[in-house]
Amino acid sequence: MAWRIIEGNQALAIGAKLCRPKVIASYPITPSTHVPETISEFVADGELKADFINVESEQSAISACIGAQATGVRTFTATASQGLALMHEMLYIASGMRLPIVIGCANRALSAPINIWCDHSDTMAERDAGWLQFYAENNQEALDLVLQAYKIAENKEVLLPGMIAIDAYTLTHTFERVDVPSQAEVDRFLPPYKPLYAFLDPEKPITQGSFGTPEHYMEFKYSQQKAMEASKEIIDQVFKEFDGKFKRRYHKIEKYKADDAEILLLIMGSMSGTAKDAVDRLREKGIKVGLAKFTVFRPFPAKELIEIAKRPKVLAVVDRNISLGHKGALFSDATSALASMERRPLTVNFIIGLGGRDISPQNFYEIVEKSEKILKKGKVEKELEWIGVKKEMIP
Amino acid sequence: MIEETEFLAPGHRMCAGCGVALSARIAVNTAGKDTIVVSPTGCMEVTTTQYPETAWRVPFLHVAFENAASAASGIDSALKMLGKRENKNILVFAGDGGTFDIGLQALSGMFERGHKVTFICNDNEAYMNTGIQRCSATPYGAWTTTSPPGKYSIGESKPKKPIARIAAAHCIPYVATATIAYVADYQKKLKKALAVDGPSFIHVLAPCPSGWRFASDELIEVSRLAVQTGVFVLWEVENGEMENLKITKKIPQRKPVEEYLKTQGRFKHLFKPVLRKDVIGQIQAEIDKKFERFGL
Amino acid sequence: MKISIGARVEEAGSSIKYKTGGWRSYRPVVNKDKCTKCWLCYKYCPDAAIEKGKDCAVIDYDHCKGCGVCAKECKFEAIEMVPEVK
Repeated sequence: MAWRIIEGNQALAIGAKLCRPKVIASYPITPSTHVPETISEFVADGELKADFINVESEQSAISACIGAQATGVRTFTATASQGLALMHEMLYIASGMRLPIVIGCANRALSAPINIWCDHSDTMAERDAGWLQFYAENNQEALDLVLQAYKIAENKEVLLPGMIAIDAYTLTHTFERVDVPSQAEVDRFLPPYKPLYAFLDPEKPITQGSFGTPEHYMEFKYSQQKAMEASKEIIDQVFKEFDGKFKRRYHKIEKYKADDAEILLLIMGSMSGTAKDAVDRLREKGIKVGLAKFTVFRPFPAKELIEIAKRPKVLAVVDRNISLGHKGALFSDATSALASMERRPLTVNFIIGLGGRDISPQNFYEIVEKSEKILKKGKVEKELEWIGVKKEMIP
Repeated sequence: MIEETEFLAPGHRMCAGCGVALSARIAVNTAGKDTIVVSPTGCMEVTTTQYPETAWRVPFLHVAFENAASAASGIDSALKMLGKRENKNILVFAGDGGTFDIGLQALSGMFERGHKVTFICNDNEAYMNTGIQRCSATPYGAWTTTSPPGKYSIGESKPKKPIARIAAAHCIPYVATATIAYVADYQKKLKKALAVDGPSFIHVLAPCPSGWRFASDELIEVSRLAVQTGVFVLWEVENGEMENLKITKKIPQRKPVEEYLKTQGRFKHLFKPVLRKDVIGQIQAEIDKKFERFGL
Repeated sequence: MKISIGARVEEAGSSIKYKTGGWRSYRPVVNKDKCTKCWLCYKYCPDAAIEKGKDCAVIDYDHCKGCGVCAKECKFEAIEMVPEVK
């Protein structure tokens, strides 16, 4: 292991390099460009023995990865926002074909209007595609999650592709101290990829990407769902094994001062770091607030959430995205997961930081203040609130 | 002669008398066992890979409609990295949709990057799989469901996109045109294409009885007439050197294009209720101009 | 039957189980005496439903769709399309 000062994009690139993908097909998009740039340097210098395909669009990037993975090699690509959206069609296909591709995604807002800064709308738009989804709070997590994602994705009970989401600029372009494992250490953790079912070999000719009629399609989707369910256990196992080897423990939901919290923030991404600071200050004032950070969003960790949601009285769900016409994605998924609870906490949704709007501890003080009012009243009057939006500008 | 082993098994659901079926059969058998076939969505793909069956006796990959060339690029890279690239063919069978229109970007990218992939376009001149809609491969004057003739229309109003010339403009090692009536010519070109160290492209005219409206047994005759009237010219070119273009089937006595048009129901509005000498004349003039321009 | 992972099909050429011969309205009949074994019909069959028999072309009636290309193209008029009667 070696300490290095690197930005989030470099963390993704190094994480990918350590996993020894044989084919990387990538198209540049702000703010993820440093990932393909860094990887192409690794390949040019022989640090990574891979074929780097400079494709002509993100559509081709994911398609080339599918072609390569279907042939039987480990692949990687990186993108953001519009690029991920352009891959949309193929994401479902990669999952349906059960190809464990891994993507590093810089969480950037979706147009229109065009915006290159951070929010989670891009990866949230793909939560139905059948991909494992991991969200990093910092650059260490960005690197570590790439390593773990491959291990989970390639597990024979899973065989689903995965994406690691890291916040645009806050993580992608911010330098942090990251503990970079050595190649030997990663090799001991992640064995070489050996395809179980997906290969293109004239000695054993198989057909991939077949035409599934109504007679079988539903069974295939059920089978994918089953793999998602199975991945929940595999994720725990891999997180535990990773801790054993690298001494860093990941959880599907990371609790921070949550055990005795009356108000619990549900949160994702780099803003969790800011929120933790806010929680500390509020605790000093005697407010019983905590947070639960989702590192894994797909498969949705319902069991863990139900367990965490038993004690708090108010769940303040902080979403850095909005499903227009309804609520934030984390709110929708969390509340539906809690539907089976007999005694449920009150739930309220806060939309924050869209399009890179800065998030400060003040925002969280505001969220907690509003949550306290709900706690006192014992009911939620406004289920959805937009934090920091300049209402006076709305025509 | 077609090679002895059939790598495209019968039992596939392509129409009786399908030009694409014959083209694919000729090509995959010529390419042989060590071939990986990639196909975008289209007639051939849906009819040969209906789960749980497959007609393919070689490895086959389908991903989506627009990306056969990108997927093939990925296969080329992966095989290279596995040290298994030698003595293997990567053959793409795409329809005109997956080549001329939605597939054009991926195709251009693959050409530009120089992947060792042989891309065969089985051109039946419309989006046949979705029900005979026009595309940029549809010839001038043809009926399709989205370019029907009517009071204000003579059918397709745009000329056919010169896809093989576009491929040649990428200066890839080998580009050729072929059609199913001339099997030996097609096979010879395919062998050349498979042998080059880089991308190759063959534009195959594959008539469609269902979409062009002719009796299925006329399949070979229609393909033959396309060449004999000059509608479709059989040529090959290396490295985009159009000045060295080689015509592989010279037609000394070109038949009038009417002989080709009248075999197909998709052109019947040019004959009845009124003989459209103006449109047929235009089509003939374009062919004559082409022959003059390229010194054919 | 259990579905495969990712809808891959492992049995190569399994479409042969599907008898497209049922599609026919006309069936090709080979005249053994006229057939010269030039194999033009074999070359032009879109469905690989003609085999190179010892004496003449042999039609695979399980899969022949009755398109009539073989009969049309035979230079020796050795194949005739007759109505398919059950």
